[in-house]
Amino acid sequence: MSILVTPQTRVLVQGITGAVGARHAQLSLAYGTQVVAGVTPGKGGQRFEQKVPIFDTVAQAVAATGATASAIFVPPAFAADAILEAADAGVALVVCITEGIPVNDMVKVKRALAGASTRLIGPNCPGVVTPGEGKDSQGGCRIGIAPGYIHKKGHVGVVSRSGTLTYEAVWQLTCRGVGQSTCVGIGGDPVNGTSHLDVLKLFNDDPETHGIIMIGEIGGAAEEEAAAWIKQHCRKPVAGFIAGATAPPGRRMGHAGAIISGGKGTAAAKIAALREAGVAVAETPSVMAETLLRRM
Amino acid sequence: MNIHEYQAKQLLAQYGVVVPSGGVVTTPAEAQAMAEKLFAGGVSRVVVKSQIHAGGRGKGVFKNGVQGGVKVCASLEEAVTRAEAMLGQVLVTKQTGPEGRRVSKLLIEAASAIKRELYLAVLLDRGVSRPVVMASTEGGMDIEEVAAKTPERIFKETIDPAVGMLPYQARKVATALGLTGDLLGAGAKLIQGVFKTWWESDAALVEINPLCVVEGPGGKEATVAVDAKIGLDDNSLYRHKDIQAMRDLAEEAPLETEASRHELNYIKLDGNIACLVNGAGLAMATMDIIKHYGGNPANFLDVGGGASKEQVTAAFRIILSDPNVRAILVNIFGGIMQCDIIATGIVAAVKETGLTLPLVVRLEGNNVGLGKQILKESGLTIISGDSMADAAEKVVRALAN
Repeated sequence: MSILVTPQTRVLVQGITGAVGARHAQLSLAYGTQVVAGVTPGKGGQRFEQKVPIFDTVAQAVAATGATASAIFVPPAFAADAILEAADAGVALVVCITEGIPVNDMVKVKRALAGASTRLIGPNCPGVVTPGEGKDSQGGCRIGIAPGYIHKKGHVGVVSRSGTLTYEAVWQLTCRGVGQSTCVGIGGDPVNGTSHLDVLKLFNDDPETHGIIMIGEIGGAAEEEAAAWIKQHCRKPVAGFIAGATAPPGRRMGHAGAIISGGKGTAAAKIAALREAGVAVAETPSVMAETLLRRM
Repeated sequence: MNIHEYQAKQLLAQYGVVVPSGGVVTTPAEAQAMAEKLFAGGVSRVVVKSQIHAGGRGKGVFKNGVQGGVKVCASLEEAVTRAEAMLGQVLVTKQTGPEGRRVSKLLIEAASAIKRELYLAVLLDRGVSRPVVMASTEGGMDIEEVAAKTPERIFKETIDPAVGMLPYQARKVATALGLTGDLLGAGAKLIQGVFKTWWESDAALVEINPLCVVEGPGGKEATVAVDAKIGLDDNSLYRHKDIQAMRDLAEEAPLETEASRHELNYIKLDGNIACLVNGAGLAMATMDIIKHYGGNPANFLDVGGGASKEQVTAAFRIILSDPNVRAILVNIFGGIMQCDIIATGIVAAVKETGLTLPLVVRLEGNNVGLGKQILKESGLTIISGDSMADAAEKVVRALAN
């Protein structure tokens, strides 16, 4: 098993005809993911790559194809609308890749999704991968922009705010012959749909996940919140890394959410909270996999 | 993006927040005209305030020796003298760093007869993903210090984005600030205006410190936003043309502005090892690992997910513009980005810039074999790093030699 998605998950892509959406829909198809529909308003009735039907609305796509997950690649100004359209159509898992969405748009989206059955991952995230059994992990479910070939099917869960740092951890595991159950990028924005803690709970309940790598960064208090929960409830070995120990306060380090303000959100505080919870904290980003494997 | 105090007050005034009368000036003549107008209007004192994007102006010192970037003046002559002494001079405060900032604009406004100083701010509470209004009776002080020493003196009201700030919530905040009688209604209206400014402008932070209870005409008390600071959410600027026009490039580091023109994310730091990385998290982690091996990063630089050859060249130019740089570390995890394209960009950039500093390159991911081959066949002296740790160690060692 895995969390959030399986190789059977039926995926639709919102913004499938845009440059980035098209490229990654293609890569997901090549990976063996069940990309069953695309949505681009005004292009309903066409086909993507002569294969995947395109619809005008998410509701039509869901009704016709039974898609249960969506990947969103629409521009930032339209992303909030796209997320809520997917939720309205009953899509269970919405993964929003779009970077640069106004923070207040996400505040409204989060409020609108409260109590809804839809789970949002992201925005500003690399997406979700459950590796498959084929060559270079093909045959898995890839939603988003992560490179498929770096993965390997296995039993480590990876959750991270950062894209390339996720790839770094996954590749370290794969190079050591250790596979992953599911890899989740939750995104670098201050308001996101799914937190580190949400994903940790899913990994904790997944019998196929035997160990967890959690990658955080400066800003906010989500890592501290996760640490408190790990201490009480987590039954699996967890290794962590926090990026930004050398970042100056008050500066936004690329991600809108990666900022130390008012003396809060420092790497030191997060590392201390993780250690206190029994998490093995990697000294450097080069040893994330090694740090976990020593615990397993 | 940050804006000046006078711009913040313009925005606040649009949403009905009471601010002192006055305006911005850029020359001594304009300063004289503004001060004359205020004194003629019956004001007994005016305040001359340096406009820079940094706090601590009042206690700041100009490089020409003049003390204080904010001065209260009791006469027209004094106001003009002060303005002349400040305009064009470099002000150093605890937030500007030793290099200071040149003051090219002054805000001249009526000085209020302050009876009490309060604190009011609106920001995002990340824990609940909702706006929060923060208020304290301890105005005019460093709020972080208040939060650390006397957290009970900070009042917080969380706002439901579905309905916005309701009048009763504004009254709750006003009451927590000790505003009663006639001041309760006026204070609540001001508080709602401050929230509205935050929400409608897509601000990251609106801070009124101090929010003052002042003695108005006829001895009647009133609430006035005496100082104001606004930071905007960069992601939302596209829908605020009026606020975009408030950008002051003179307040931004020139290299950072140049980087943003090439859609690169660059932040200058104090060290001497420049780094060029794809992805914000990996870029931060690269700085961390340089430090771990005893080096000091010269910058944060994220070239993004799909950097072109032109962007890589621009990135090299930018990091080499920093005179402190003694070595360079390139760390690319080519997930989707192809390592051969990056390698071609690196070779072109090294040739174009005539680089002589030690360069360590760590490439991983898509087409990595081809990428390494391009670097090798270029004939350039490029040190190859096999992992992040190996690359960081090598760049620190290269610097030591």
